[in-house]
Amino acid sequence: MYTLPNKLKLFAIIFMVVGAIGIVTGFMMAPKTTSEVKEMMASDHGDGHGGDHAVAADSHGDSHGEASHGEAAHDDEAHYEHVLHQMQNRPWSALYIASFFFFMIALGTLAFYAIQYAAQAGWSPVLFRVMEGITAYLPVASIIIIVLLLLSGFHINHIFHWMDPELVDPSNEHYDKLIAGKSSFLNVPFFLIRAVIFLGGWNLYRWVSRRNSLRDDNAEDNRWFKKNFKASAMFLVFFIVTESMMSWDWIMSFDPHWFSTLFGWYVFAGMMVSAITVIAMVTIYLKSKGYLEHVNDSHIHDLAKFMFGFSIFWTYLWFSQFMLIWYSNIPEEVTYFVTRIEDYKLPFFGMVVMNFVFPVLMLMNSDYKRVNWFVILTGIVILAGHYIDVFNMVMPGTVGASWSIGIPELGSLFFFFGLFIFVVFTALTKAPLLAKHNPFVKESKHFHY
Amino acid sequence: MASKVIHAIYNDDDILLHAVKQVRGEHYHIEEIYTPFPVHGLEKAMGLADTRIAITSFLYGLVGLAVAIVMMNYIMIQDWPQDIGGKPSFSYLENMPAFVPIMFEMTVFFAAHLMVITFYMRSKLWPFKKAENPDVRTTDDHFLMAIDTGNHDVDEMTKFLYNTGALEISLIENDEDDH
Repeated sequence: MYTLPNKLKLFAIIFMVVGAIGIVTGFMMAPKTTSEVKEMMASDHGDGHGGDHAVAADSHGDSHGEASHGEAAHDDEAHYEHVLHQMQNRPWSALYIASFFFFMIALGTLAFYAIQYAAQAGWSPVLFRVMEGITAYLPVASIIIIVLLLLSGFHINHIFHWMDPELVDPSNEHYDKLIAGKSSFLNVPFFLIRAVIFLGGWNLYRWVSRRNSLRDDNAEDNRWFKKNFKASAMFLVFFIVTESMMSWDWIMSFDPHWFSTLFGWYVFAGMMVSAITVIAMVTIYLKSKGYLEHVNDSHIHDLAKFMFGFSIFWTYLWFSQFMLIWYSNIPEEVTYFVTRIEDYKLPFFGMVVMNFVFPVLMLMNSDYKRVNWFVILTGIVILAGHYIDVFNMVMPGTVGASWSIGIPELGSLFFFFGLFIFVVFTALTKAPLLAKHNPFVKESKHFHY
Repeated sequence: MASKVIHAIYNDDDILLHAVKQVRGEHYHIEEIYTPFPVHGLEKAMGLADTRIAITSFLYGLVGLAVAIVMMNYIMIQDWPQDIGGKPSFSYLENMPAFVPIMFEMTVFFAAHLMVITFYMRSKLWPFKKAENPDVRTTDDHFLMAIDTGNHDVDEMTKFLYNTGALEISLIENDEDDH
């Protein structure tokens, strides 16, 4: 049995407290009126930074800018109001991005876990309890996500632009024909119902598989394993459908004028690579503390291979999406990348280096995949890269050019990191770290590559 | 140098693997082992050095990438920067996404083919090569270990090999042009 060290508990709590302070500060820093925006922008002008932002915000950021563009181009006040909305969105977006990032780690781990069951993998059963520990964050993350979506649904914040009822009202001056055309899918009640169905299904599988896995420990036969096998196969079908829709709802709808068919796969790839990286990192950590006696170099090697492979898979999808749109250059699609390349140049291309070039070079060598600190180092870069990936997907649609990585972003990141560590490692103490009766566990103990 | 080798034939890969360890323990020199299929762990038991073919492949891949970049840069940007469907041919970087499929395929092409050719050259394989097979059964279900007699006592070696589980043991005059 694993016991939660007090030091780790303290570490997690410190992150949560510091993060919470950061989140609150972020909300307090957000401007309330346009005059505050003017002040902030005036003080920014000193370093020539605010100027860029003002110009950039003026020329695009269309997803939110419809209203101000629709009026008169010379209207200064409309511009400041536009920036005000972006700045007010920033702490909400930061919160949303960080909560989604850790949520997708838990969900990706659950999918990976289901794949291991359904594929009857012989190498991974010694890691099942680690994966179950990570997926223990899923219920917590689900509650946070649903609360955030409800807050958006009740117009406490305006990060989901399409939720604004003015846009679908034909008599309103802000009427948006494109969004109105999508409103049979993108409307708040249906959106929330879908969210509940997705989260309910995923949490149900998580609960069932964990329960069966614990019952299997004391079982005489393989009854619980077979149940889990079937549950995993069914979950994977459910997952791939709902994951795709979830990515339209929770990520793609930030840019409600834009659409991409492989978006679900793209989000999935990022999810899987982050999840596998976290599995590898938690495994290495627990192994280094002497808790996973049956885990050897070859298990780490396999996880590192998955990190390597899924990093390339993610890049493949990133590039496919980018290149198809860049190549055909259809205005209604290409604005998505135009805003990102103009306003988010460094994060947009930086993440390709972090998520592709770095892991490919670091993990190509077979020997390096067995070196723990190599895997940890690469893992940190991959996770940072995928945080930026989510950042790039969400921020341009909500805050446009008024982005930065500062107190609100880091605060949210710290808070959810602390919460994640706390929940995951507490869950690891709840059950023995070896699924002892699993039919493949003996093979897994002797696994070598 | 005309020396003698002993050919010991086994019919089980587990016994062979065990015998290899014993033979090496006695410091006899294994010339070669012939097996009908890859025996997992044999190269480790024999103490053979790891292959470096993956490293050559990586380098060939870099060559392929360089070829693709230089080629596309010369053709599309330097030589005739024509406007084709509005694609920006002003610099390589501006039009790079269009070249990535070629860069990728060339990298894979060079890495794969040159690695295979390297493999053929290093293992001396080509279409009209004379097969070096000391016993036809080694391609079907027998395993043959060729051990250099050196200055050892042949009778003692034979007895030792018999004890490792060899089915047939024969003493062969090793001609110079055998290989």
